[in-house]
Amino acid sequence: MPQDTVNPIPAREELIRDAVIRLAGNSQDGIQSIGGFLARLAGRSAQEVMTYMTIPATISGGPSIFQVRMGTGEVLSAGDEADFLLAFYQHSYDNHIGFLKEGGVLLYDSDHVKPEDSEHRFVLVGVPISALTVEALGGSSREKGKNLFALGLLARIFKLDVAKLRAIFKERFGGKSEDVLRNVNLAFDAGFSYPIDNVLDRYFSFQAEEQGDGPQQVTMDGNTALTLGLIAGGVRHGAGYPITPWSTIMEMLRQQLPQYGGVFVQAEDELAAVSMAIGFSYAGRLAVTGSSGPGISLKMEALGWATMAEIPLVVVNIQRGGPSTGLPTNVEQSDLLQAIHGSHGDCPRVVLAAENVEDCFYIAREACELARKYSVPVFVLSDMSLASRIEAFDEPDLDTLMVEPTLDTEDRPENFKPYDLERITRHAPPGSWVEGGVFPQVTGLEHDESGHPSANPQMHAKMMKKRRAKIQQIAAELPASQVFGDTEGEVLVVGWGSTWGPIRETVIRERDRGRKIGHLQIRYINPLPNDLEGIFARFDKVLVVEMNDEGLYGYGQLAMLLRARYCNPAIRSLNKTDGLTFKIKEIMQGIEAISPFPTATL
Amino acid sequence: MSTASPTPPKAERGVLTKKGLQADHPTWCPGCGDFAVLAAYYKTLEKLDLPQQNIVTLAGIGCSSRFPYFVNTHGGHFIHGRSLPFASGVSLGRDDLHVFVFGGDGDGFSIGGNHLDHAGRKNFRMTYVIMDNFVYGLTKKQTSPTSPQGFKSKTDPWGVFDRPTNPMRKLLSSGATFVARTHATQIKHMMEMYERAAKHDGFSVIEVLSECVEFNKGAFDAGNPRKGGAFEIIDEAVHDVTDMAAALALAEEPWPGKFGVYYQSVEPTKNKLESDLVQATREKVGHRSDKELLSKTFASMR
Ligand SMILES: Cc1ncc(C[n+]2csc(CCOP(=O)(O)OP(=O)(O)O)c2C)c(N)n1
Ligand code: SF4
Repeated sequence: MPQDTVNPIPAREELIRDAVIRLAGNSQDGIQSIGGFLARLAGRSAQEVMTYMTIPATISGGPSIFQVRMGTGEVLSAGDEADFLLAFYQHSYDNHIGFLKEGGVLLYDSDHVKPEDSEHRFVLVGVPISALTVEALGGSSREKGKNLFALGLLARIFKLDVAKLRAIFKERFGGKSEDVLRNVNLAFDAGFSYPIDNVLDRYFSFQAEEQGDGPQQVTMDGNTALTLGLIAGGVRHGAGYPITPWSTIMEMLRQQLPQYGGVFVQAEDELAAVSMAIGFSYAGRLAVTGSSGPGISLKMEALGWATMAEIPLVVVNIQRGGPSTGLPTNVEQSDLLQAIHGSHGDCPRVVLAAENVEDCFYIAREACELARKYSVPVFVLSDMSLASRIEAFDEPDLDTLMVEPTLDTEDRPENFKPYDLERITRHAPPGSWVEGGVFPQVTGLEHDESGHPSANPQMHAKMMKKRRAKIQQIAAELPASQVFGDTEGEVLVVGWGSTWGPIRETVIRERDRGRKIGHLQIRYINPLPNDLEGIFARFDKVLVVEMNDEGLYGYGQLAMLLRARYCNPAIRSLNKTDGLTFKIKEIMQGIEAISPFPTATL
Repeated sequence: MSTASPTPPKAERGVLTKKGLQADHPTWCPGCGDFAVLAAYYKTLEKLDLPQQNIVTLAGIGCSSRFPYFVNTHGGHFIHGRSLPFASGVSLGRDDLHVFVFGGDGDGFSIGGNHLDHAGRKNFRMTYVIMDNFVYGLTKKQTSPTSPQGFKSKTDPWGVFDRPTNPMRKLLSSGATFVARTHATQIKHMMEMYERAAKHDGFSVIEVLSECVEFNKGAFDAGNPRKGGAFEIIDEAVHDVTDMAAALALAEEPWPGKFGVYYQSVEPTKNKLESDLVQATREKVGHRSDKELLSKTFASMR
């Protein structure tokens, strides 16, 4: 029985089955890797998992947290507050105790942390983590291995599958020397054998269920899923310039593409990167470029060219807080209008937004398909929170999803018109022979049907219409929008991108309270689906939830678009710009503000 | 390899004639030096006898950059200053293409100056011709990075203060593996430089002094014997083209300097290094199909 337990465990009516665990320490303590192990373990169990992490803006050292939420049902958001806080240092305790639920458990390293004696709101459990780790590893390794000791504690408290965990260690460290793997297991075992479960058994009920027969689950972060979606969609070429949180995509593509026969180039800047990617695509190799806010704005001139020249291209924007270098490691959804309208002139293009980690894969793949089919740049919007969040999801079925890239250099017929007004442009890359021997010029100047510059006013109007019409055609071909929950009633909560989880969880809770509320997440933002008007009409209020500023007139970026399109006064906006993901509580308050809970009917 | 280039085109389609290469009539001012640059390109292509559909003529923005419209090959007229990264993508994406890029001094040395250094150091397989007229032509006489001090332009009505870019020093220091200089009035020499550049395996750049008769008339007379100037050709029996220090010394010679190949070296191209990497990696993964490879990655995430 650990002597450091300060408070007696209060009796609980209900055991916690869906735990939000926050680990707080310094980045060099390997906090992220505990989270990674837990997430992967959960992916291999029947449990759903969602992780959320923040990394310090300073590269070496500095406070760091990792948050993981595990449940036995579907986990939709990272959780408003923690059930369990593991604090390695005094600052971890000071900065994060406020995030612990009343009655929650604080597990702390008693070698470094002194909780306030008066802390009666929490269950305080102190373990001399540092000293015990040093003891377990023989003293020479200083405090390294504390993370694995802590993981051992967690494994014991949450009854994790130790055999599976050991298998994951082996995969992760097996390639290194035997010593490394042995020390990992030593530190883990020391934590696991610490008698802590008898204290907390009365608190958590977290028996991992047996793996069912369903499809295999895979566990990864959003940027990894997005990268794999690009590969599945047939992208083999691309160029980029490093910026957080986009960089890991380019790193992965650089590392992965050669085995598929492709190449990814680190360019000298974003202007070069997008130009090079357009060069690949012009040459017949569907390419990707990407960045985060600041870099995306640098790419805008070239993207105007790609729209004008009708070149297929995938552009990824992993949004972070802005404007300017803004909040490099925080989350925001404030590049929507830039994605849709950035660049010069009227420049219609496709903009898609990924809802969760799994969707990062599907949406990237779909972007490739649309870019190719309509010869148009396609934006994929993700954000800081999706980029690094780890989730488990069903392994995609590559038999049906894998697209082999093709190079279209078939002969073009006599009198071939690359920009035929009657049909969707099919780009003719170099290498394609044109009967009659007149080769196409691909240009950013307004041009006639054969690609020759033309300042003829009617021609400009016709070409503008042609470029617009193909985007409208995409709208006509979109799948029907899916409303979750009630399909008519008090409030329709509308979101885009990573707000999907918190909105879904909010709507579930509101419906549990007896309210008639629906959820619609818009994946296709430009063009918008054609069926929204009818859906909106069935609700008293439409609340558009987004992580951006309310603007000068009280409407966020998507809300503004929707109001402009539907002129529907029921459309309202709920915004925030604190650089953090939405809490369930915040969305509930937003709903309450426009549609108070009908207490009379209670 | 899933992204293999197509098989080489049939030979009978590749016979090039000047007539077959002419497209729109050039829109340049009568007497503009760029006409000669174009004529030399036609003749060089005729001589090189490349398959027409595999030649790509690219450019940035400027009078000179309208070049692709006047050539009947696949052509791209990209944005201002970014023709090099654009062309690099084309070149890296397709080993079967012959990539030629044209542009002005503003396009290449000013807005796109940064890209020169990186295309050079990465040694992409392509040829870049800078049609240098010491002025901005298309936007009607503003100062260019190569405008000499004292030159009166609309943006420097009192005469240019800034020291001009030394084009050859800039090109040499970019890391380009073939660097030459020629004069638009010397068509034979121009063709020789083009041909050698086109046959060079790597990033080849040529500065052509091409007079803007509208806004900078007579600027290059000092290099034109017909106007009483001297067109002094580098004697390669004396100048070692692989000697960078000697090349840089040539770049410092007083105006109008010498013409010919300043520097040439054999270095691995980015194209070759990347395709070697692909081959080695494909070998290592046992030439498995794309689907098998991606499945394996997913399996490692279980
Ligand atoms: C981003 C951008 N900035 C400015 C311009 C305007 N512009 C067009 S051509 C040009 C300069 C051209 O000079 P140069 O490259 O020397 O070519 P020349 O016309 O002399 O052949 C400029 C500034 C542009 N098209 N795009
Ligand atoms: S303005 Fe100068 S560079 Fe442009 S076409 Fe006329 S002469 Fe040539």
